[in-house]
Amino acid sequence: MARADVAAERSASRATSSGSVTLSGVTRRFGDMVAVDGLDIDVADGEFLVLLGPSGCGKSTALRMIAGLDVPDEGTVAIGGVDVTDVLASDRDVAMVFQSYALYPHMTVRRNIEFPLRNRKVPRADRDSAVAEASRMLGLDDLLDRRPSQLSGGQRQRVALARAVVRQPAVFLMDEPLSNLDAKLRVQTRAELIELQRRLAVTTIYVTHDQVEAMTMGHRIAVMVAGVLQQVGPPGEVYDKPANVFVAGFIGNPPMNLLTASVPSSAVGKSDDVDPAALMVGPDRVMVPAALARAAVDATETEVVVGVRPENVRLATDEGLPVTVTLIESLGHERHLVCATADGQSVIVRVDPSVPQPHPGDPLCLAWNPEDVHLFSGADGRRLAP
Amino acid sequence: MTRDAVAPGSEHLPTARLRTHRGRRRRDAALAYLLVSPSLVIFTVFVAYPFGRNIWLGLYRTPPFPGLPRRYAAYEQYQQILTSPEFVASLRTTALFLLMTVPTGLALGLLLAVAAHQRLRGIAIYRTIFSSTVATSIAVASVIFFTLLNPQVGLLTWWLGREGQPSVLADPQWALVAVSGVTVWQNLGLSFILMSAGLQAVPDDLLEAASVDGAGPWSRLVNVTLPMLSPTLFFSAVVGGILSLQAFGQIDLLTEGGPLRKTNVLVYAMYDAVFRQNNEGKAAVLSVALFGLTLLLTLVQIRLLERRVTYER
Amino acid sequence: MNAEPTSASSEEPATGETALSETASTGTSTVRSRRRRNRTVARLRLAARYLVLTALAVVIFFPIYITVVNSLLQPEQIAARPPTLFPTDPDWSSYSTAWSQGHLGRYLMNSFVVTVLIVAGQVVTSVLAAYAFAFLDFPFRRTLFVFFLATMMIPFEVTFFTNQATIVSLGWYDSYLALTVPFLATGFGAFLIRQSFLALPPQLRDAAELDGAGHWRFLTRVAVPLARPGIAALALFSFFGAFNQYLWPLIVTRDERLRTVQIGLKYLRGSQIDQINVTFAGTILAALPLFVLLIVFQKQLVRGLTAGAVKG
Repeated sequence: MARADVAAERSASRATSSGSVTLSGVTRRFGDMVAVDGLDIDVADGEFLVLLGPSGCGKSTALRMIAGLDVPDEGTVAIGGVDVTDVLASDRDVAMVFQSYALYPHMTVRRNIEFPLRNRKVPRADRDSAVAEASRMLGLDDLLDRRPSQLSGGQRQRVALARAVVRQPAVFLMDEPLSNLDAKLRVQTRAELIELQRRLAVTTIYVTHDQVEAMTMGHRIAVMVAGVLQQVGPPGEVYDKPANVFVAGFIGNPPMNLLTASVPSSAVGKSDDVDPAALMVGPDRVMVPAALARAAVDATETEVVVGVRPENVRLATDEGLPVTVTLIESLGHERHLVCATADGQSVIVRVDPSVPQPHPGDPLCLAWNPEDVHLFSGADGRRLAP
Repeated sequence: MTRDAVAPGSEHLPTARLRTHRGRRRRDAALAYLLVSPSLVIFTVFVAYPFGRNIWLGLYRTPPFPGLPRRYAAYEQYQQILTSPEFVASLRTTALFLLMTVPTGLALGLLLAVAAHQRLRGIAIYRTIFSSTVATSIAVASVIFFTLLNPQVGLLTWWLGREGQPSVLADPQWALVAVSGVTVWQNLGLSFILMSAGLQAVPDDLLEAASVDGAGPWSRLVNVTLPMLSPTLFFSAVVGGILSLQAFGQIDLLTEGGPLRKTNVLVYAMYDAVFRQNNEGKAAVLSVALFGLTLLLTLVQIRLLERRVTYER
Repeated sequence: MNAEPTSASSEEPATGETALSETASTGTSTVRSRRRRNRTVARLRLAARYLVLTALAVVIFFPIYITVVNSLLQPEQIAARPPTLFPTDPDWSSYSTAWSQGHLGRYLMNSFVVTVLIVAGQVVTSVLAAYAFAFLDFPFRRTLFVFFLATMMIPFEVTFFTNQATIVSLGWYDSYLALTVPFLATGFGAFLIRQSFLALPPQLRDAAELDGAGHWRFLTRVAVPLARPGIAALALFSFFGAFNQYLWPLIVTRDERLRTVQIGLKYLRGSQIDQINVTFAGTILAALPLFVLLIVFQKQLVRGLTAGAVKG
């Protein structure tokens, strides 16, 4: 497609889906390392999507490719329905907030905010009104003549936001913008950011490794691990139905308990007549609902992973999975019991500090409701049921 | 700010062409060559070409009269000049000059730096005075001392009790010493600045730790400061050596290579060969020798850089 | 801060501390006298430090001082013994003589023109080349950079006579071109500025890219303003180098109208005894510009010189 055609098509499509972002099969390699592997994501116009993953999972690389600061080795990036895979960052109509804010230290706040407008030769009057509006929106009116070095961390962060907002871009990209703030300010700024995004209704792609940010901010969360997209969905869905053991183990604090259980060979493939207590953790039976047991057996695998969140585990005295308490962690408002199964797997239980506490070394039984159990494949970790 | 309003930053987008990374890589490369080209042209014409030509010139005998063809002599001319007593004497003079200027300069610079490295009222004035000779060019320094050593009215002549005798600069025994002295004085400011920078880099907590351990000022200087300063000392020695190898102005202004060629250092010998003896071939051989010596010192410096004569903290 | 690494204070090790610990076990009457003595000792030590510093300063500054003094004396006063160390009746006419009859004004002007051209040229070519090496990707970048570094290994003293021949064959002998063009670029400068550029946070480049700044705007609005300390260091370093040049102007100019001040000194040096105060005055005039720079820009100069020294 000729470049002029691209531009024409882009302008035509602006009206309908100006801020949508589509990644198709995007792959980026650095030498032998695959940073991003076949990434497919669709972000709707006006949506707030959080790219969540541990550090080094490729989420920042993905963001840079959407920004146009990096080019994929394979696959395409489209913004507003137009293929911009190879288009320069400056021509993409996207704005970015960096983790370090990347403010120009020698320019005043005003200069920083209007720099993108000056570069695009916006007339002075328009520039002034745009800067005034952006600075009012972010409460920077009194700081316009200061330099970044004279600002607090939170103020710098707001300047970085203002510099992005002032251009009225089709897409906001944010690379861990809250990680340099202290804990209290982070909570406050998080709320302000949500408010701002809902008000402007601009498509926002937000990269973070903080699951609390992800759960609270995004319309949807996209979880990446090792360059591969694991799951995309609303926060509740990602929490309630993690697509695989990676997502299950990453979301939630403390993370979901994942117990490797064996399926008795006699039961494999015989789903008609299944014993709900057929799965074994070490020498002990583990109770799962019949439907799950059937799914495990249907998968014709000899090993599955049983997942239960710490808050869903109950202490019992006689029935359930026998364990030994190894460690008790007190967080004030709650306590974590770290327990070991007979075959040495670790289970964390979240308990109320007001109830009588066991001691390390005490034997216990753990129980849970059938509907709280997640089942994953032992071979590739994908969710089997429900 | 509603989304329906025309975005001030993006209104050009629909009509402008979208520039691509592929296009930019080409443009970037072209721009890069454009940006380096001014430097590149200068370096080619005034560094690379003359350097190559000097090596080549050394292979040819310069004719006694201009206009006659050069005669190819292969390595014979290199061999002949580099083993000639004149070259050996010049090399010896250069080495002596180096030995008289570099260690003295370092020691005096260090002395000044240590003396000025304290918190006192008005220390900035002393620092300025100690670095003041940086502002004297070699010509200024040479003319000051040339006049002070004037056999009739020179103050130094009087103090040295040499009135009525030939100038120190005309004394074969003392000329090189005098030239070295002027050089040391002129380089003192630089030496002081380098040593001061080195001293300031010595971490205070290390010195405080030494004080707590009961080390007195002298012990701290010898056992902490000097070892921590060794990289600076080595570097300054190499830099000083390279600068001394290039000495010309003080020779030309103070002694013109004399008396009895006792101050005929390498660069002056080159100047003499080209502009007095009209022997480019000879000067070319000498220039290659000078380059070799400089390279030697530079390699020493690079070795030091690699090995980092520093102490892990 | 280590307050006493001087040789002066090293003579009496830590008198203060030992005296203090002794006071604890002595009577109150002696405490007072001890304290007074301590104060006296401290004052003496302070005086000793100033004495050493001043002695060193006098020795170092003496040649310059006596040059100033002599420039204000009559030739016969200069020759008088014992020498006059303080001018009671200063005569400033030697300066105007040096300025006009000695043509020092003209020479200084030439030096300034040449120096400013060289400094400007070096800063511009270095910034441009450094930008390419720091921010652009292009074939043979490494090779070219190594070539730039290699030029630092060949001192000008190795190539001066061949360069003189080049200047002659270009028809530039006796011209400002001859005095400036060979020095309009420097590998050291490109290296130094490249270091400054590389020290900038890489996110700034990314941010500028998203903000729609092309290379030129990024260079002029972001990179250069932020690399100012490095550029100032280079400018001062090359100012000193260019202003102090001796060998090169000596061999590419003969015309007195093009003579720089350093070469002017060579001719001033040979003046008659009855004009020796003019020689002294001329020397001071020639040194004055750099003294002013030294005092005004001491910090940047130190930075430039230390960076330059590492280059070798």
